[in-house]
Amino acid sequence: MADPIVTRDVRVSAHGTTEVTGARIVQVQRSLMAHNDAVAATNREAFAHCLVINVVSSPGSGKTALLERTVRELGGELQLAVIVGDLETDNDALRIHAAGAPSVQIVTGTVCHLEAEMVARAVERLDLTSLDVLVIENVGNLVCPAAWDLGEDLRITLLSVTEGEDKPLKYPRIFREAHAVVINKLDIAEAVGYDRARALDNLRQVTPAAQLFELSARTGEGMGSWLGFLRERLSSKRG
Amino acid sequence: MHEFSLAVSMVELAQAAARREGAERIEAIHVEIGALSGVVPEALEFAFLGAREGTMAAAARLEITYRQGVAFCDACQTEFVIDNRFGIAVCPTCEVPSAELREGREMHVSHLEVA
Ligand SMILES: Nc1nc2c(ncn2[C@@H]2O[C@H](COP(=O)(O)OP(=O)(O)OP(=O)(O)O)[C@@H](O)[C@H]2O)c(=O)[nH]1
Ligand SMILES: [Mg+2]
Ligand SMILES: [Zn+2]
Repeated sequence: MADPIVTRDVRVSAHGTTEVTGARIVQVQRSLMAHNDAVAATNREAFAHCLVINVVSSPGSGKTALLERTVRELGGELQLAVIVGDLETDNDALRIHAAGAPSVQIVTGTVCHLEAEMVARAVERLDLTSLDVLVIENVGNLVCPAAWDLGEDLRITLLSVTEGEDKPLKYPRIFREAHAVVINKLDIAEAVGYDRARALDNLRQVTPAAQLFELSARTGEGMGSWLGFLRERLSSKRG
Repeated sequence: MHEFSLAVSMVELAQAAARREGAERIEAIHVEIGALSGVVPEALEFAFLGAREGTMAAAARLEITYRQGVAFCDACQTEFVIDNRFGIAVCPTCEVPSAELREGREMHVSHLEVA
């Protein structure tokens, strides 16, 4: 194991301050995410009785399409609600609403990801006590959402067959930290020359432990095991 | 790019610590950024120039220590450095992918220089 860090030899006093060449050193040792993580922990407490999933992907992989179908197919059985983050417009929230679930749109403006505080504000508009599953559709972006804990139970990363089999290699963190990876748009896999073996191999390298679902949000093919996964995770959370 | 949000919380953390110590101004903020944190150091430096304006850190330097990614291989029970540009954790000995990252995700303020 390499130790890539070069630290200056400073003596730390009991008060956390040290003298080094004139300047006074103040130890901090706090994460840049400390504030977000504290709000995420509060969210997580508020989410004690429902399953919360954070869905991330590139723009246009089919997050909203998957959620519309999930709402349609599970709606008779479970209470779902969706929080949708987008840079602009409330189109996605309207689509979810039309599919039959309450939805709250967060328009982030220039912010490329959702933060725990935005989610905390959005859930004020939902009745959490009656919910079984809360889905948070993150801003379409494979880089930034990875760093921000929202208080979710599960992080789901979507990849569609049109994006290229090497996406997991180019954006490893968002795949590595996913509990499950959904490969979407299976209906057009053949037409776009999707190389399944290569995609799965790349995913395994980056995220060896994630569960994998291959489906089409358009035709419904493969939806069964995805819905089964949600049911199973909900019941194991409720013990 | 979320470096601006990070730069703002970095300055907030630094100011809170500096005030607690009764400092007048912050001369330098030292941060550690892991290779797998998703933070681009240059972007953080740029964002810092905006975030420090009008604060105790208005004239402060930003010192970034970059840390490599380290993973643990379950097969041979050893830690290894992730040394490819994609950040993929494959054990160089066993060639088995690893799901256990031990270092490289950090992004924190380690210490300040104050006056
Ligand atoms: N053929 C096919 N098209 C799909 C499928 N799922 C989604 N699409 C199409 O892909 C496009 C993008 O789908 P969305 O559901 O809006 O994608 P998104 O990930 O929510 O997009 P953003 O919120 O903008 O990031 C739309 O034209 C969908 O109709 C699928 O399974 N098969
Ligand atoms: Mg969408
Ligand atoms: Zn090994």
